Amino acid sequence: MAEWLSISDVRKKISESSAEEVTAAYLETIGQSRINGYTCTYDGALEMAKQADKGEGEGLLAGVPIAIKDNISTKGLATTCSSKILEGYVPPYDAHVIERLKAEGAVILGKTNMDEFAMGTSTESSCYGVTMNPWDLERVPGGSSGGSAAVVAAGEAPISLGSDTGGSVRCPAAFCGVVGLKPTYGAVSRYGLISYANSLEQIGPMATCVGDIATVMDVIGGYDPRDSTSINREISYRDALVDDVKGLKVGVPEEYFGEGVDGGVEKAVWDAISKYEEMGATWEKVSMPNTKYALAAYYTIAMSEASSNLARFDGTRYGPRNDGENWHVMASRTRAEYFGKEVQRRVLLGTYALSAGYQDKYYLKALKVRTLVKQDFEKALSNVDVLMGPTMPMPAFRIGEKIEDPLSLYLTDVNTVPMNLAGVPCISVPCGLSDGLPVGLQIIGKQFDEATIIRSAYAFEQNTDHNKARPAEVI
Amino acid sequence: MVYDNPDGVMIGLEVHVQLNKLNTKMFCGCSTKYHDAEPNTHVCPVCLGLPGALPVINRKSVEAAMKIGLALNCEIVEQTQFHRKNYYYPDLPKGFQTTQYDFPIVSGGKVVIEGEDGEHVVRITRAHMEEDPGRLMHMGTIEKSKGTLIDYNRSGMSLIEIVSEPDMRSPKEARRYLDKLRNILEYLDVFDGSLEGSMRVDSNVSIMGGQRVEVKNISSHKGAERAILFEIMRQKNLLRRGGKVVLETRHFDEARGVTISMRTKEEEHDYRYFPEPDLVPMRVSDWGPAIQESLPELPDTKRERFISQYGITGMHAKALTSDIRVADFFEIVASKADPRAAGTWVADVLRGELNYRNLAITSFTTEDIIEIIGLVVEEKITEKSAVDVIRTILDVGGSPMDVVKEKGLLKVEGDIVTQAVSESIVENEEAVQDYLGGTEKSLNFLVGQVMKKTKGRADARQARELLIAALKD
Repeated sequence: MAEWLSISDVRKKISESSAEEVTAAYLETIGQSRINGYTCTYDGALEMAKQADKGEGEGLLAGVPIAIKDNISTKGLATTCSSKILEGYVPPYDAHVIERLKAEGAVILGKTNMDEFAMGTSTESSCYGVTMNPWDLERVPGGSSGGSAAVVAAGEAPISLGSDTGGSVRCPAAFCGVVGLKPTYGAVSRYGLISYANSLEQIGPMATCVGDIATVMDVIGGYDPRDSTSINREISYRDALVDDVKGLKVGVPEEYFGEGVDGGVEKAVWDAISKYEEMGATWEKVSMPNTKYALAAYYTIAMSEASSNLARFDGTRYGPRNDGENWHVMASRTRAEYFGKEVQRRVLLGTYALSAGYQDKYYLKALKVRTLVKQDFEKALSNVDVLMGPTMPMPAFRIGEKIEDPLSLYLTDVNTVPMNLAGVPCISVPCGLSDGLPVGLQIIGKQFDEATIIRSAYAFEQNTDHNKARPAEVI
Repeated sequence: MVYDNPDGVMIGLEVHVQLNKLNTKMFCGCSTKYHDAEPNTHVCPVCLGLPGALPVINRKSVEAAMKIGLALNCEIVEQTQFHRKNYYYPDLPKGFQTTQYDFPIVSGGKVVIEGEDGEHVVRITRAHMEEDPGRLMHMGTIEKSKGTLIDYNRSGMSLIEIVSEPDMRSPKEARRYLDKLRNILEYLDVFDGSLEGSMRVDSNVSIMGGQRVEVKNISSHKGAERAILFEIMRQKNLLRRGGKVVLETRHFDEARGVTISMRTKEEEHDYRYFPEPDLVPMRVSDWGPAIQESLPELPDTKRERFISQYGITGMHAKALTSDIRVADFFEIVASKADPRAAGTWVADVLRGELNYRNLAITSFTTEDIIEIIGLVVEEKITEKSAVDVIRTILDVGGSPMDVVKEKGLLKVEGDIVTQAVSESIVENEEAVQDYLGGTEKSLNFLVGQVMKKTKGRADARQARELLIAALKD
């Protein structure tokens, strides 16, 4: 099959045949995949599709297949965070978002590949091996939700869920030429999302078009009493699908076009901004002076939280276990063998940043920077409706190009981490190609103002052809 | 008299109290009634720390903590703030304990105890909320066990850690403080001290000329007294021999009654405390007035009321209010029987008999003691017989009247006693003469004779009075 389908395309196919046939076709496509996007497929998928067929189209996503990032807990389906340390772990419960998807009739196709514990920008740190970018199999799909973006780009799922701690939805969306949204912190329940850095991350949808992002958000968004950070607000995301940006005020932070931004990326983004002007929006330059500190603050906070979040993986309750003469030796040997290099690096750095005598210098200072970054957004967004810039400073890089140099890999997150520090919503939409590789336009909004960024992205999609470009793997 | 504390003993206690009367755990909906349950049956993704599960604070836990704080005269914090205390141990399923750090729920209170020299104030530094870990179990002894088993039923239970200033000056004062604390907590109905592991104590002990030593793993009030006593002796001996008491943590070996060094200051853990990102601060200062209002009458107030309302002695009032169940028991009895008699019979006799048998007040009914007191007040049985009835009910069972009838304890009629008096005078002329000659002791012999003739059913005092009257004539 391998074709790009929107939710409405899928529903049309279901009405012509059945959800079961549609799911079976997807599973067949996945079976022939060359991109290694899935860590496993769900053996209950066809049964779910049959149930959807019986339900006669009840539910917003009745019979619509979806791919789930491997760090979102799925009852009865292995959830490993692409880590050896969770090998064989099958959650006894569903994440909130999975419950919501099931309630709306969605069909879970399987779990998608990711950087181990979502720590990465390329999906190269997965214990299952890298996922290939459907636009160029020698390139990374981005990360950490590389699998979720790549399977949508390759036509192996119409929609997927990723998680975004510092750009992990938007980066792979940009690299794979699909749409990806990071919701406002608190808009989607994290219950069941295996934590990397709790104070930063959100589950977010990925799809071939903006409309599908809104539909999935209508399913997964909303209050969940099991997540204390979840916010009780009624929002209809689909209501924001309006093709009108007349009078929209766009802010363009100069800091997002800093050193090292690829020429093709820069051009595509400026062309997009011109397009907005043509469509009736205005734009102005804005300043986000603390952007340059955001990356360091982000990594300090993320690693600190991660060092604590990952402490539970000690070989006692799940996953493989190495023996030792006592429990501490056992736990230590288990962690040394089954955590990958990048995870170990971040746990060690995070432990250091939190330790007595260093906490003031690193962790607490990073929290102060976080407040400053937040203020940058509040200030800039008090004058404009949205901010725009390149999601990633470059298109997808080659597999192996950066993995041996963690610092250069960290630097690629420079335009995506400030939003996680501030908790603001942001979306990446395709805005053209650079040397045949997709470029993502990032649109950032005020807290809980997903409506404006969805409307902006939707109007852009309706008035351009960028969304019609297809990767080699699909053509 | 002022206690001069010759060795400069300073004792501060950290008491971990399990809020086992709440219905659910601290961060999840699991039941707290696990004490007789199979291992790992009262667990869920949250208290098992499964990947992805998130905590939600139990409002009742916060309210209970605030209740305790107010009862200990503490100030309440503006808003809750939880921290993670990071350390590795198999009973800790998340690899960190959710606790409070620089913003404890309550701080700065006091408790008044009966000290070495009268009323003594123990200042409360703070009390903070935290979760209980699971429990390790071994098959047989630790040394011989083939492995360690973990029961997570306890994991996630609400704990409150009450930290005192080093204001206690003797093991006895420490014990009194613990007793008082338990008493107050039970009054608040947040805690049942009879359940295993419901109150765990760490003790900081220092004497003049030495540094502070922390003694961990004390599980009873008696144990605390013993551990502190041992620790003071150890420190004194060490200093006397020219040694130094260094900052360290020691472990109390309850079986041997000794403390053993665990780690010195240099080996202290770095817990890397940082704010728990999964729990948002909750503003609680506004709840204070309503919770203050809901506080029940506390032991000291109740004691004063018992004295004024029932006219009982201070000693009795203190004994009766030292356990909420006894106090409640007494009030029921006092409402249906003579309050002063009730004070004596419950505080002295019944409590004594129960303590002797290691039984709780729940082992006796208010109906039975009311009936027994009635029989004594109406002079149907003697006080001695009443004690016999209580003992029999405790040891054998039965109702007061059954016991009285079965044992023939009903006081005999007056004329039978009069007859016994006459007979005794006639039959013991020598004793009568001795008595009349001024030997008071002989009267006791005659009373004994009357008692013998009535098979003990006569009231000794009455017999005595009748004898004196008869011998005057």
